[in-house]
Amino acid sequence: MPILQLKNVNKTYNNVTRALEDISLTIEKGEFVSIIGPSGAGKSTLLRCINRLVDASQGDVIFDGRNINHIRGKELRKVRTKMGMIFQHYNLVNRLSVIENVLHGRLGQKSTLVGAIGIYSEKEKEQAFLILDKLGLTEQAYKRCDELSGGQKQRVGIARALMQEPKMILCDEPIASLDPNSAKIIMDYLSDINTTMNITCVINLHQVDVALKYSKRIIGVTAGRIVYDGPPNELGTKKLHEIYQSREGQLINDIEELAI
Amino acid sequence: MSGKERKEISVFIKRRRIYTITFISIIALFVFAALITEYDPVKGVLSFPKATVWIASNLIPNAKSLVRLPNILKKLGETALLSVAVTVVSAVFAFFFSLLGSKTTKVNGVIARAVRIFAAFFRNVPDVVWAILLMFSFGQNVLTGFFALFFTTFGMLTRTFIETIDEVSSDCVEALNASGATYMQTVFQGIVPSSLSEIITWVMFMIETNIRSSTLIGILTGTGIGYLFDLYYKRLDYPSAGLVVLSIVILVIMIEMVSTNIRKVIL
Repeated sequence: MPILQLKNVNKTYNNVTRALEDISLTIEKGEFVSIIGPSGAGKSTLLRCINRLVDASQGDVIFDGRNINHIRGKELRKVRTKMGMIFQHYNLVNRLSVIENVLHGRLGQKSTLVGAIGIYSEKEKEQAFLILDKLGLTEQAYKRCDELSGGQKQRVGIARALMQEPKMILCDEPIASLDPNSAKIIMDYLSDINTTMNITCVINLHQVDVALKYSKRIIGVTAGRIVYDGPPNELGTKKLHEIYQSREGQLINDIEELAI
Repeated sequence: MSGKERKEISVFIKRRRIYTITFISIIALFVFAALITEYDPVKGVLSFPKATVWIASNLIPNAKSLVRLPNILKKLGETALLSVAVTVVSAVFAFFFSLLGSKTTKVNGVIARAVRIFAAFFRNVPDVVWAILLMFSFGQNVLTGFFALFFTTFGMLTRTFIETIDEVSSDCVEALNASGATYMQTVFQGIVPSSLSEIITWVMFMIETNIRSSTLIGILTGTGIGYLFDLYYKRLDYPSAGLVVLSIVILVIMIEMVSTNIRKVIL
């Protein structure tokens, strides 16, 4: 059974701007999928349609064998706990400590009151420290998030997502604000989580070379449509130019020979 | 000269023209207003020394006025406590209203707009006008002052809280929503920690403002430190009235210092 299925998903903003057009795709459990495409192509909207931060105008989103298109309130929150999300700008609560931010991953599984006043069980705290240890953040546990570097913040973001015990992690440009060194660390962690914990990863990326290197499947999105869906080694220069609607020599990847 | 260069130069000329027009308009407005109100700028400036001399010779507290100090401090304490109470109560109301009015946490667009208009209405009616209006229903009473300050403080804080929430917390709200947190969890785990120091800064600022305003409202409603000032002033006991003013100034400065320190600790 596939973990995620999108069937003819459309999204129009204010009945005018078409962000997504007839998106259909199937993602199997444990896949590591990169979505590439120019800015404004609808990559972020596509990702947010999956966890319903954005509601699709038409079509069905089927997660883990269940149509989640029309569920609301408590049910929706319960489904969201099974999908972690990582953001370009980390989206942490900067004034709180690292460990508090990691524990936020548990909020969805707690009662409103207990979560709101921030009471966590010993077991949850132990688990949070285990995850921090895995991501090499043990020493930062009690630091405030605004004291951290970008790479460390993104690792806290990953830790928060893992705390949810998700079946799938959605990453919206996870390395777009990071230097190449931190970017590699983050991608390695995501890859590691994917293989060792069998968590499905869907990643929006601007860096084509990174996408090609890490993922076994690439989805190319242009103007709200899927124009490529296949393994990285079949994505040639021609197809890449079609995705980015560019001509020979206009892409940064054209400078060196693309390592396909 | 190419067309592009000419266009660039015309931008500078245009900007200089805008500055000149603005400057001339301000002067013209001043002259116009002075003519209508028969205001003589020279006379206005010259009256400054005269006023200073009068204040120096009349409003300086003397030994006799110091006898009234315990009474003044008692009333000042009452006024300060009233301001704190008003501000805290309105801050609680304002916080929950601002959640409804903020773009990141609104329940729906219509309510958000209604909250903004509601807050703007309460904010834009001056507290003194509220006091005069409320005197019809409550009479000369502490409650009149309380509600007058409550309305303006509530309006002001709702607006500033909305701005603070929009500015600080949209990112973490998105993340907490995505993780399946409930609305209240998002508010208390995301928004409150993110905006707490700004909220406290505004609350402290409103406490200061309210001490100053309550003096004026007290004159109207015959309560608190304002009443005392009015009393001494009308009795021509200027040194005591001066002492009242001085004590208010000292109190406001003290509160400002305290709030700076609190902010340092929280930040």
